[in-house]
Amino acid sequence: MIVAEQKPLEEIKELLGDAEKVLVLGCGTCVTVCFAGGAREAAIMASSLRMASKIDGVQRIINDMTVQRQCEWEYLDQVADEIRDADVVLSLGCGVGVQAIVERFPEAWVVPGLNTTFMGMPVEQGVWVERCAGCGDCILGLTGGICPIARCSKQLLNGPCGGSQDGKCEVDPSIDCAWQLIYDRLKSKGKLDLMLKIQPPKNWQKARHGGPRRIVREDIRLHLEEE
Amino acid sequence: MADNEYTVGSKLERILKAGHFAVTGELGPPQSADGDVIRKKAQLLKGACDAVNITDNQTAIVRMSSIASAAILVQEGLEPIMQMTCRDRNRLAIQSDLLGAYALGIRNLLALTGDHQTFGNHPTAKNVFDMDSVQLIQMVTAMRDEKMFQCGDPIKGQEPRFFVGGAAAPFADPIDFRPYRLAKKVEAGVQFIQTQLIYDIEGFKKYMEKVRELGLHEKVYILAGVGPLKSPGMARYMRDNVPGLRVPDYIVDRMTAAGKPWAGKKKDEMTKEERKARSQAWRAEGIKICIELIQQLREIEGVAGVHIMAIEWEEAVRPIAEGAGLLPRPEV
Repeated sequence: MIVAEQKPLEEIKELLGDAEKVLVLGCGTCVTVCFAGGAREAAIMASSLRMASKIDGVQRIINDMTVQRQCEWEYLDQVADEIRDADVVLSLGCGVGVQAIVERFPEAWVVPGLNTTFMGMPVEQGVWVERCAGCGDCILGLTGGICPIARCSKQLLNGPCGGSQDGKCEVDPSIDCAWQLIYDRLKSKGKLDLMLKIQPPKNWQKARHGGPRRIVREDIRLHLEEE
Repeated sequence: MADNEYTVGSKLERILKAGHFAVTGELGPPQSADGDVIRKKAQLLKGACDAVNITDNQTAIVRMSSIASAAILVQEGLEPIMQMTCRDRNRLAIQSDLLGAYALGIRNLLALTGDHQTFGNHPTAKNVFDMDSVQLIQMVTAMRDEKMFQCGDPIKGQEPRFFVGGAAAPFADPIDFRPYRLAKKVEAGVQFIQTQLIYDIEGFKKYMEKVRELGLHEKVYILAGVGPLKSPGMARYMRDNVPGLRVPDYIVDRMTAAGKPWAGKKKDEMTKEERKARSQAWRAEGIKICIELIQQLREIEGVAGVHIMAIEWEEAVRPIAEGAGLLPRPEV
């Protein structure tokens, strides 16, 4: 899932400026599961902002709604009137959600209420960790299913570096050394030979470094059916 | 290493191929644009070692570039080992810097991944890590031997030719994999290795045993890293806080004992002279320990030299080399 966390209220107030009608728009998918921007958080955000407006002496109408997925236009269309009616839409979706609203409703002014952080998962109640960097060229088959691009601080392909101690990364003791994990797993599976092979420089073109990415599937595009 | 042909013919390569026990030093460029700092430090190291590492924004702190500092060293008549990390440059910048470094007369290169920027003075910077040290070694070697850029394009005209080194951390985890990681660097084309600081001789002997078992000592020159301790506090810090370092308790104890005449006195209770005397006593012991370590390392089969890291204490290199019986350096 996409994992995000809420921006501080002060920053959000700043982003709202002098808007009189604010729509807090939650998203029912990833950010609901990570407790950052679902229906519950949207309602709490709206009441926090109402309280803040009262304290600050600002006249403001704040409504909240939540759609199933902000990143798909068909769901956004269900709240088209509310979006158009608001001076500012405070999106509690991820960065994709914010931009989907902007693209669908160019007349609306949309600001983010979340900091979208990573693709990851919960490992315990209240703790989420990064697991995928979306590099576009998956190497998990070579590393025993543990990603050094997402999980090694230096994204090494021929790790570990000299900063690995007691299973931890020297950058932060809360970070497990990805290469220690890879080593342990490959060893337990009798596949250490995978680690002995030199991995060549990565093709970063498939990651963000080749510019914004796009996937086109001609086999399922609608225009083919039309022809 | 059986062939007598030089790949580059740098002094370091000649010393090692002649079978001399090599001595390298280290020089940290200044956090300023003052080239005289390099020139002054160069004088401290001249004649005390065969070649001098020039660090590349070490510990991720901005300093004069290793390429410029190494070029100044060449002007001063010393041989630099230019360090090159993957933290701050992508493959384009690395290759272009290598072309320039060769043109400036630099002949030895130490290929490193580089410290993470979190440790330095620009922790909010974006890092690069387009490549890692193993890939860098492979690339530099191919530029020299195959006259080829990383992309596969031929280098038309003079190719950059470097005697290529790498680092090894014998005590970092997973410790069982360390000799194999060295093997990867050897396979990539590394010609000499400088290790992380060694204080634990017994532990290092075990590492070298495995290195010899893999036959690596016959394929790469291994220079053991040593460094003089300045104080018991530094010894304790290194023992307790630096990943990949092992400082046995007896060394910490010796450093503590060296300051015994001032034991129990707090720093602010001491006169300036007393503090200075204590510091000198500590440093003298640090140098003594360093010399003893070199003598022990020299006895280990497969150790081809020492790399003396006297960080911001370049004055210590000469007495250490002298005390270890490594001066004068051989002419080759």
